[in-house]
Amino acid sequence: MDLRKVKKLIELLEQSAVSEIEIHEGEESVRISRHSSGATQTIVQVPGNIDSSQMTPGGIVSSKQTTETVLPEETGHVVTSPMVGIFYLSPSPEAPPFVEKGQTVAKGDVICIIEAMKIMNQIEADTSGVISKILAENGEPVEYGQPLFVIS
Amino acid sequence: MLEKIVIANRGEIALRILRTCRELGIKTVAIYSEADRDQKHVFLADESVCIGPAASSESYLNIPAVISAAEVTDAVAIHPGYGFLSENADFAERVEQSGFVFIGPNAETIRLMGDKVSAIAAMKKAGIPCVPGSDGPLGENPDENFKIARDIGYPVIIKAAGGGGGRGMRVVHSEASLRNAISITRSEAKTAFDDDAVYMEKCLSHPRHIEVQVMADQHGNVVYLGERDCSMQRRHQKVIEEAPAPGIHRKIRRAMGERCVSACRSIGYRNAGTFEFLYQDEQFYFIEMNTRIQVEHPVTEMVTGIDIIREQLRIASGEKLSFRQDDIQIRGHAIECRINAEDPETFMPSPGMIEHYHPPGGFGVRVDTHIYGGYKVPPHYDSMIGKLIVHGDTRELALARMSMALSEIVIEGIKTNITLHQKLINDAAFISGGTDIHYLENKLGLK
Repeated sequence: MDLRKVKKLIELLEQSAVSEIEIHEGEESVRISRHSSGATQTIVQVPGNIDSSQMTPGGIVSSKQTTETVLPEETGHVVTSPMVGIFYLSPSPEAPPFVEKGQTVAKGDVICIIEAMKIMNQIEADTSGVISKILAENGEPVEYGQPLFVIS
Repeated sequence: MLEKIVIANRGEIALRILRTCRELGIKTVAIYSEADRDQKHVFLADESVCIGPAASSESYLNIPAVISAAEVTDAVAIHPGYGFLSENADFAERVEQSGFVFIGPNAETIRLMGDKVSAIAAMKKAGIPCVPGSDGPLGENPDENFKIARDIGYPVIIKAAGGGGGRGMRVVHSEASLRNAISITRSEAKTAFDDDAVYMEKCLSHPRHIEVQVMADQHGNVVYLGERDCSMQRRHQKVIEEAPAPGIHRKIRRAMGERCVSACRSIGYRNAGTFEFLYQDEQFYFIEMNTRIQVEHPVTEMVTGIDIIREQLRIASGEKLSFRQDDIQIRGHAIECRINAEDPETFMPSPGMIEHYHPPGGFGVRVDTHIYGGYKVPPHYDSMIGKLIVHGDTRELALARMSMALSEIVIEGIKTNITLHQKLINDAAFISGGTDIHYLENKLGLK
């Protein structure tokens, strides 16, 4: 892995509110996390080192690539995925997203699509409120029960 | 070799499949319900996907959820295990239509053997002896049905065509109860299997349950891997299984094995399968075929040295069977005890936290289980939590070994049927061998 890339990632992390970044490139991966003391820690993995297939927590591969996480003290209603599939924020690649952060939605409004077995399933908001967080990425595989949105 | 597969099952069989995948370098995707997050194979899998809530109908039996999990993980094939969707022809069809390999026979074969009436017809055509019966579904005409029953001779058994595995059947001892038995079985069948077709068979008085394991690749090679005796049953659920079947002459067993091989050829069978028979008075009578891997496959593995799951994966990858009929030798004797989370006397399920688990071990002792100390057995699924298998050079040694292993295994925190197994291993009739399918229920005073 290119050292300049890693340096750039560390800078990015330090300048942002993100606490952890993990990037996989082929068989190599790097994880950079910020500890509460402010110091950053870098772990670089190359093939032959730690076998990542030993104890993977439940969830599809690494869920750390999302830019937002559900915090334990979440205020608001978490919308979870009712099925396994691919999460899409817009009805089609060129179309604008169904909802954006800060948007008010009414119960029953379509807020995303989950594609399963070639069928585009429209997922509706199960409560009214404001979209305060979008927790899944466009095109990301999601599993049953995975948090998708927070509506407060 | 397949690159990545979805293990569409849970518990001990999911772990069994995962272990062999790891040996073969096949990447594994564990799919699980919300109640099954903490399963051992989920922790060990390369990837895992939660596919639904605890209820089987919304998770392990949820066809779109299972196939969708294969899609999002870019898996190449799906292993259905046993139970759940393993003998669901629609599932097999949709799996293949979605572009995945179904590890098992093709949908048409599953459908043919899933309908017990058409299965019997196909087996008769292939020259396999069947239980004397109605040879087809029963009509609505009561006089015709009376005649069929009289020709067969009471007692008779009414069975659902869409049933199998001991479900949807009723014994009738005399003409007086025949009409009612048929209509009740019909309505139960409609509810349980969405098919009210029923048929009639002679109810044998003291049969043993003997089954033959077969394997067929996609290159026309078909081999039988000996037989198993699964007569120790309660409510049609197997409790103890063994291989080979004691007290049956080798020539008779070989002849049956060869007939099963030719029946496989006649129906174009693919992958692993089991022909189930009732054996009485030195006669074999076909009852049904299971088109999947079975719970008791380890006893066959122990006496033949063949890894059946490994062969399943190889067959699904398009490879040839790694052995020929001549290579199969039955060595020694194997016994399996199914360990259930249940009260050993009332048989009430006993889910909950396993506080202590100490597996037995030693030469010729094998434990196939997913449990560990601290594992919570969920209440939503069947109560089998593992299998204790032993192998010995003789049946006598296998019995001694099983007795030793049963005294060593410790499962605390939940109730198990270990004490029942200890009683059976020391039962004089079981030790002699050849007990029939009614033996256990008679012994337990249930009949």
